[in-house]
Amino acid sequence: MTSTMLSYEDVVARYEPVLGLETHIELGTVSKMFCGCATEFGAPANTHVCPVCLGLPGSLPVANKAAIEYTIRLGLALHCSIATWCRFARKNYYYPDMPKNFQISQYDEPLCVDGYLDVEVDGQAYRIGIERVHLEEDTGKSTHVGGATGRIHGATHSLVDYNRAGIPLMEVVTKPVPGTGALAPAVARAYVTELREIARTLGVSDVRMEQGSLRCDVNVSLNLPGAPWGTRTETKNVNSLRSVERAVRSEMIRQAGVLDGGGRIVQETRHFHEDTGQTTSGRSKEEATDYRYFPEPDLVPLAPAPEWVEEIRAGLPELPAARRARLAVELNATPHDMQAMANAGVTDLVAATMSAGAPANDARKWWLGYLAQTANAAETDPADLNITPGQLAEIIALVQAGTLSDGLARQVIDGVLETGQPPAAVIDARGLRKLDDTDALTTAVDEAIAAQPAVVEKIRGGKIQAVGPIVGAVMKATRGQADAAAVRALVLGRLGVEE
Amino acid sequence: MDLIELSAASLGEAVATGETSAVEVAQAHLDRIHAVDGALGAFLHVDADGALAAAKEVDDRIAAGEKLGPLAGVPLALKDVIVTEGIPTTCGSRILEGWIPPYDATIVRRMREAGIVILGKTNMDEFAMGSSTENSGYHPAHNPWDVTRIPGGSSGGSSAAVSGYEAPLAIGTDTGGSIRQPAAVTGVVGHKPTYGGVSRYGLIAFSSSLDQAGPLARTVLDAALLHEVIGGHDPCDSTSIDAAVPALAAAARAGAAADLAGLRVGVVRELSGEGYQQGVLDSFQSTVDLLRELGAEVVEVSCPHFDYALPAYYLIAPSECSSNLARFDAMRYGLRAGDDGVRGLEEVMSLTREAGFGPEVKRRVILGTYALSSGYYDAYYGQAQKVRTLISRDFAAAYEQADVLVSPTTPFVAFKLGERTADPMAMYINDLCTLPASLSGVPAISVPCGLSTTDSDVPLPVGLQVMAPALADDRCYRVAAAVEAALDARRGRPFMSDAPALEGAK
Repeated sequence: MTSTMLSYEDVVARYEPVLGLETHIELGTVSKMFCGCATEFGAPANTHVCPVCLGLPGSLPVANKAAIEYTIRLGLALHCSIATWCRFARKNYYYPDMPKNFQISQYDEPLCVDGYLDVEVDGQAYRIGIERVHLEEDTGKSTHVGGATGRIHGATHSLVDYNRAGIPLMEVVTKPVPGTGALAPAVARAYVTELREIARTLGVSDVRMEQGSLRCDVNVSLNLPGAPWGTRTETKNVNSLRSVERAVRSEMIRQAGVLDGGGRIVQETRHFHEDTGQTTSGRSKEEATDYRYFPEPDLVPLAPAPEWVEEIRAGLPELPAARRARLAVELNATPHDMQAMANAGVTDLVAATMSAGAPANDARKWWLGYLAQTANAAETDPADLNITPGQLAEIIALVQAGTLSDGLARQVIDGVLETGQPPAAVIDARGLRKLDDTDALTTAVDEAIAAQPAVVEKIRGGKIQAVGPIVGAVMKATRGQADAAAVRALVLGRLGVEE
Repeated sequence: MDLIELSAASLGEAVATGETSAVEVAQAHLDRIHAVDGALGAFLHVDADGALAAAKEVDDRIAAGEKLGPLAGVPLALKDVIVTEGIPTTCGSRILEGWIPPYDATIVRRMREAGIVILGKTNMDEFAMGSSTENSGYHPAHNPWDVTRIPGGSSGGSSAAVSGYEAPLAIGTDTGGSIRQPAAVTGVVGHKPTYGGVSRYGLIAFSSSLDQAGPLARTVLDAALLHEVIGGHDPCDSTSIDAAVPALAAAARAGAAADLAGLRVGVVRELSGEGYQQGVLDSFQSTVDLLRELGAEVVEVSCPHFDYALPAYYLIAPSECSSNLARFDAMRYGLRAGDDGVRGLEEVMSLTREAGFGPEVKRRVILGTYALSSGYYDAYYGQAQKVRTLISRDFAAAYEQADVLVSPTTPFVAFKLGERTADPMAMYINDLCTLPASLSGVPAISVPCGLSTTDSDVPLPVGLQVMAPALADDRCYRVAAAVEAALDARRGRPFMSDAPALEGAK
C-alpha cells in the first residue's frame, strides 16, 4: 500500500469527511459513582479508596443520585429524551486499572437519547445530532515507569492509582456528522468547546481538559462526493481543544493519502500524539474485545420519575447559546466579536467586567487584548488569571478619568497579577499615576531640551519628527507617568514650533 | 444437658439469665469442634480467640446490666463466602488463600451487634459452586449422619457444623439451593430468604441476581431468630428491599401450635415422580398427609415451566459468575502465580487463575463467558431470562390457588462422597426442586420431614421444602414449625436425636 502526502486543500477538494465525537466528562460530584469516596483531584495515590471502588470481594455498588441528576441535566440541555426506565450494564474486559475487571456502564439502555447541539463556525450554523448520553464509572490511572516514553512499551513496571476508579463519567456520543467539508476540524472543535461551555454552565463538571476531566475520542471517515460513507477510524487521547482540531485534520490528510494510493482504511483505534500532531495505529476492529455486556445485576434499574426530570428541567440555568445572544446585545458585539470572545474564553469575563461598570468596548478590548495575551504567555485560561473583572473595571475607570494611560494601566494589571493586591494599592506602591503636576513636567521638559541642543537645532530647522529623543527623555525622567502626546505638545510649545 | 445440645433460643436465655456464660457456651462448642471436626471437615478456619473475646464482651455487657437480643452469647458458624474483618475469608478457593478482608459484611456487623459469637468460617464448594462441598479448594466436608456421605453443598460446612453440634446456628448462602439442600440432607432447618430480604453487602458474589444468605439451625424457631437479626434493608445493597421484615419468630412460635386450619397448601406436580428416590417420595407423601391432618387444605398445582429451571439456571448463574470472578486476577489480593519478574501481567493473571480455580469454577466461567459472548447472548442469556419470567408467572398462578407450595427439598438423600463427582449433570440435578424459588426470588425453607431407610444402608434425613410468595417468609416459618412440632410430638423426641454419635466425641 502506497500513500502520498496531500495538502489539506487537496484533501477537501476531493473528499467529504464524516465526523463523530465521543466525549467523556468527569462529573463534579462530591462522591464517587458507586461509593462514598471523595472525587477530589490531586490527592496522594490510593487515598480516596474503599472496598467498593477497589472492587474487593463482596462489595456492592450503590448509584450516586447526584451523578444521575447531573447526567439528566446535560441530557436536557442537549435536547435529549430522558429514559423513564433504563439499566446499568457490565462491560467486561481485563485491565489492572479496572478493579473488578468490568466497568459499570450503560449499553443499549442509555439515560439520555436523541438530542442535538447547535454550533456556529464562520457564521455558518451546524446542528450536531446527539445519539446518547450515558453514565459510567471511570477506571484507575496507570503510570508506566522506567521506559523512555512513559508508555507501557519499554516500561520496567507500572503503578496504579485507584483514586480515579469509580469517579462518575458521562459519555456524550454524537450521531455521524456529514456536510462540514473543509470546516470539519473547526466544527469538531466548536462542538467540544460548546459542550464544555454547557457542562460548565450547568455546574456538572469543572471540564478541565488538562486534568483529564474532559476527554475526547474523534471518529473520522472520508468519502468521495456522492459515494457512501467511508470506513471510520477512532482517534483516542485527544485532550485539548486544539488537539481536537489537529487530530481531525491530520487524520483526514492521512486517510486521503491512503485512499489516493489505492489503499483501504482499516477500522481501528488510533492514538493522537500531541508532540507530532499525528495519529498512529492502535488495535484494529478485528482484534477488538468482545465486552460481553449484560445488565448489571447488582443495581436496580434506573427509573427517573417524570416529575423529577421536569423539576430538573425547570431548574436549568440560562444556557451558553441563549446567554451569548443576550450578551451580544448587551455587549454591543458583532458576531465576529462574540466568536473571538468565545474562542478566547473571555465572554463571561467581559460580561462581568461590564456589570462592574466598565463600558462594553473597553471590557472587550482588555480581555481580548492584553489579558488574553498574558494568559496565553502564562499557558493558562484568562479566567484563571489573578485579576477579577471588578478590578479590571476599576482600572478602566481610571483610564477613562485620565488618571492612567493605557501603558500605565498595563503596568497596574501586571502589578495586580504579580502581587494579588487591588489596583489602588498597586498604583500607590508603584507610583503609577499620570503626571499632571505641570511644574514638575515643565522642569523635566526644560532639562531634556537643555540636554539635547543638537536635536533642538534640528527641530527649529523644521524637522519636527526629530522630537522623539526629547520626548523619550522626558518619559524616562517621569518614569512613564507623563502622557506622551502631552509631552510632545509641551516640548514643541517650549521651542515655539508649530506643527 | 450438654450445652452443645441446647437450641440457640435456650442458650440465649441461659446466657441472659446468668445460668451459664457466653464464654462457657463458646468454649463448649470450641471443644466440640476440636473433638469432631477432624471427622466432619466443617470448618476452614476456627477463630477460637476471636470467639472467646466476643463471648467475654457479651458476658461483660450482661454483667453491666445491658439488655441484649435473644441470641446474645450464642455461637455461630459462618460460611466462608461472607467477608469478615480480620478473619481469613477464602470462599473455599485457593485463589483467596490468605486474604484477610478489611471490612465486615453487613450481616456480620448485625450479628456482632446482636452479641452472636462467630466461631469460625465454614467449608463450602469453591465460590459456592456445587452441591456436595466436594468442590472445596481445601478438603471435603462430611455428613454427621454418615461421614462417608456428603453434607450437601455449597453450604455443606455450615450444615455439617449445625447437624454435628459444632454450632447451634450457621449462616449459609443459597444461589440455587445451597442452603436448603445441605439442610435437607443433614437433617436441619435451612431457609433461603426472599431475594433482597437479607443484605448481600460482603457476600462474595457467585451469581448476583440469585445469591441470598440465610440461616441454618436445628430448630425452626432458631432459624427465625437468626433471620430476624440478619434481615432488613441495607443502604449498601441496591437490591436490598426497603420493607419491614415480617415477624418471623412469632410466626415460628404460632406454627408450633401445629394448627394449619384454613391454610391452602399447593403440591407442585412437576417436583416429584420419576428420578426421585422412593424413600424421599414416601416421606414427602406422609408429610403432605400430615399437613392435611393439621387442618391444611391440600391442592395440586402445576408449574409447567419449572422443567426449564435447571437449564435456565445453568446459563444465568455461570454468566454472572464469569463476570463476578473476573476480579480474581492476582493484581490486588489473594494468590499470585508465576510472577518471576519477567512474565507480563496477562500471563501472570492466566497462570494464577489456572492454579487458583478448581475445575468446576473453570467450567462455569467458561460456560458463562460463552453464553454472554456477542452473537450468543440472545440465544442463551436472553432466553434464560425469559424462562425466569415464565417461572415467576407459574408461581403467581400457583399462589392464586395456594398460600404456600410444597415439594421434597431434594430428589435424593445424601449420597456417598465421590459418587457423583465424575458427572456434572448428576450433581446439578440435586438442585431440581430448589431452583425455581431461586430463579423467582421467592422465599423457601427446608425442614426435616422424615428418615429414609429404603435408599441407603443407614437412615438418612429427608427435607420438606415450603415455598411462599416474595416477602412472605413468615409463612415458610409457620408451616415448617407446624411440621416440626407435629413430627416431634409423633416421634416423642427431636428429629436430631436419631443421628448417630460421632467418632471422637465424648
